Amino acid sequence: MLYTNDAYTPYEAEVVEFIKEHHDIFTIRVKFTDPEMDKKYVFRPGQFNMIYLYGVGEVAISIVNDRNHQAGRFEHTIQVVGRITKGMMKLQTGDKIGIRGPFGTAWPMEEAKGKDVIIVTGGLGNAPLVAATEEVLKNREQYGKLRVLHGIRSSDLLIYDEMYTRWNNSPETQVLMATSNADPVDNGKWTWGKGFVTNFIPELGVDYANSIVMTVGPEPMMIGVAKAFIAAGVKPENVYVSIERSMKCAIGHCGHCQLGAQFVCKDGAVYPYPACEELLKVKGL
Amino acid sequence: MSHYYFLPHQRIDDMLDALKSDGYNCVAPRHHDGAINYDTLNKASELPWGFHDEQAPGHYAVKKTDHQHAFGFVLPTTSVKPMLFKAKENVWKVARNEAGKLAFEPIVEFDKIAVFGVRPCDLRGIEIQDRVFMGNSYNDVRYVKRRENQFLIAMNCTKSHSNCFCTALGDSPQADKGFDLAMTELDGEGFVVEIGSEKGRKLIDQLNLVASSGGQAQKALARIEYAADGQRKTLPPIKEVEAKLMANLEHPQWDDVASRCLSCGSCTQVCPTCFCHTERDEPNVLGTETNHTREWDSCFSIDHSYTHGDTYRAEPKYRYRQWLTHKFSTWREQFRTKGCVGCGRCVTWCPVKIDVVDEINAICK
Repeated sequence: MLYTNDAYTPYEAEVVEFIKEHHDIFTIRVKFTDPEMDKKYVFRPGQFNMIYLYGVGEVAISIVNDRNHQAGRFEHTIQVVGRITKGMMKLQTGDKIGIRGPFGTAWPMEEAKGKDVIIVTGGLGNAPLVAATEEVLKNREQYGKLRVLHGIRSSDLLIYDEMYTRWNNSPETQVLMATSNADPVDNGKWTWGKGFVTNFIPELGVDYANSIVMTVGPEPMMIGVAKAFIAAGVKPENVYVSIERSMKCAIGHCGHCQLGAQFVCKDGAVYPYPACEELLKVKGL
Repeated sequence: MSHYYFLPHQRIDDMLDALKSDGYNCVAPRHHDGAINYDTLNKASELPWGFHDEQAPGHYAVKKTDHQHAFGFVLPTTSVKPMLFKAKENVWKVARNEAGKLAFEPIVEFDKIAVFGVRPCDLRGIEIQDRVFMGNSYNDVRYVKRRENQFLIAMNCTKSHSNCFCTALGDSPQADKGFDLAMTELDGEGFVVEIGSEKGRKLIDQLNLVASSGGQAQKALARIEYAADGQRKTLPPIKEVEAKLMANLEHPQWDDVASRCLSCGSCTQVCPTCFCHTERDEPNVLGTETNHTREWDSCFSIDHSYTHGDTYRAEPKYRYRQWLTHKFSTWREQFRTKGCVGCGRCVTWCPVKIDVVDEINAICK
């Protein structure tokens, strides 16, 4: 977005659809009300927006591809965690919100070309990687095999069911789902397993030496995933993670998102694993 | 021809008048209620004539003497920071009509401000904050406008207080850049003036100031040297400090300092370089308009690292470590400069007398 005026002030946007994903998870489809903004706004997979709820405040939320593939529309999948997200749960179609963005670094879609792509997510970590997955499928011939691994506590918590089905039916693509706390309910649509997503490593059928891993989930999970795939033969510099920290401004001014010398909002949130490996090891950094 | 000029005490008012007629609101350190702080300066007689300040760990006091100087104190309680990056301000507002339509409007307020008397450490503090709010990926338009409309008159130090440590950081109590004019006070006489910008030259020409005598200029330099010699604190070379702090993130000293630190954040509130802030909405009662505010925050507040239901720096030692390592180490990578100017305010205003220099030396020895 071109901030010719002020990077602090949001632009008005409209909720074109509200999708309830789960009891505390919802997706809003959004478009800018100014058609000029609609044309100008371009995001790269992995970037995030600051979403503003009138009278309440702003939160940083990753940008999900528009599932209807309509230009000028994008989605945000949000979990109710605090005051602002709780208020956003009450949004309805036609409601006006504010958007600033896009901010932050993107998934390495160029670097991934010619490689097998392994998407590994946990919990709601699947939202920030939808756009990257869609990017691979949109330019299918430029990438190798695609494996989408997702871990959740129990199978009834799954969101994006239709999307996973579509992905699993795409060429050279396989969706593998693992549950940690309960036995999986096999829906016949894709592979289910019990335990951690890393258990799938021996059966992915990819060339690990020429693979790229993109992972989002809780920090201990991302660290575990990075270690396991590196042990399987993926080059450390080909493992990418996305880090979450508190953000008030998203432009490197407010200081909240610091991790060592990093401002996660502008130097991240997507990092090559070696760039943040040491920082993630330090408790309380 | 000497490039130093002389402004007699009797002509301060002429300088203020010239600045005022150029549209500047003049601001200077003034004495109020037992403290010296920046405030509007209408005339020279309002300067803190004869006042001295005492600063020590957890201690601040001012005393009236019969000395004939306006800048006999060392340091105002706050820096110039609040004039540029305000403690709290509305950054934008949004109106909502009955149909729910939102109209966003940035709020960019600024004045022409001339600061009469900025200590060299605070001048360096401005330069450091410039890199946060102007030389960064994104500018803050409010900060940029205020900087563009600022006239800075530096006041070299002629004395140090016991918490000063600019020399330990390799800096000096003499302003080297970033000013329109830099002055050094000679008791009972006036100021030796150095020009730092075109704006400054214009003002000196307008006032028709005469060149200072060689004796005056020499006396001024001797007084600055006296200030430098008055500092007792030492640190290892800053590059060594920067490397050692990050190499000692699990040092027992972090636990030690955490057992004393109250996490009150006073140090961050008086610091000329701290830039952390939070943003929040302040809606009106009718629900028709909301002001979006930006307000100073502190890495010592427990909310500072709150993310998605988790607090990354829940323990005070992690918060103290964040503050110290940021200021004295990671700042370099972020902004290609150090994050401290050695003003010593964090030591003076610490209610439990924690001295940042002692803490660094304990970790880096």
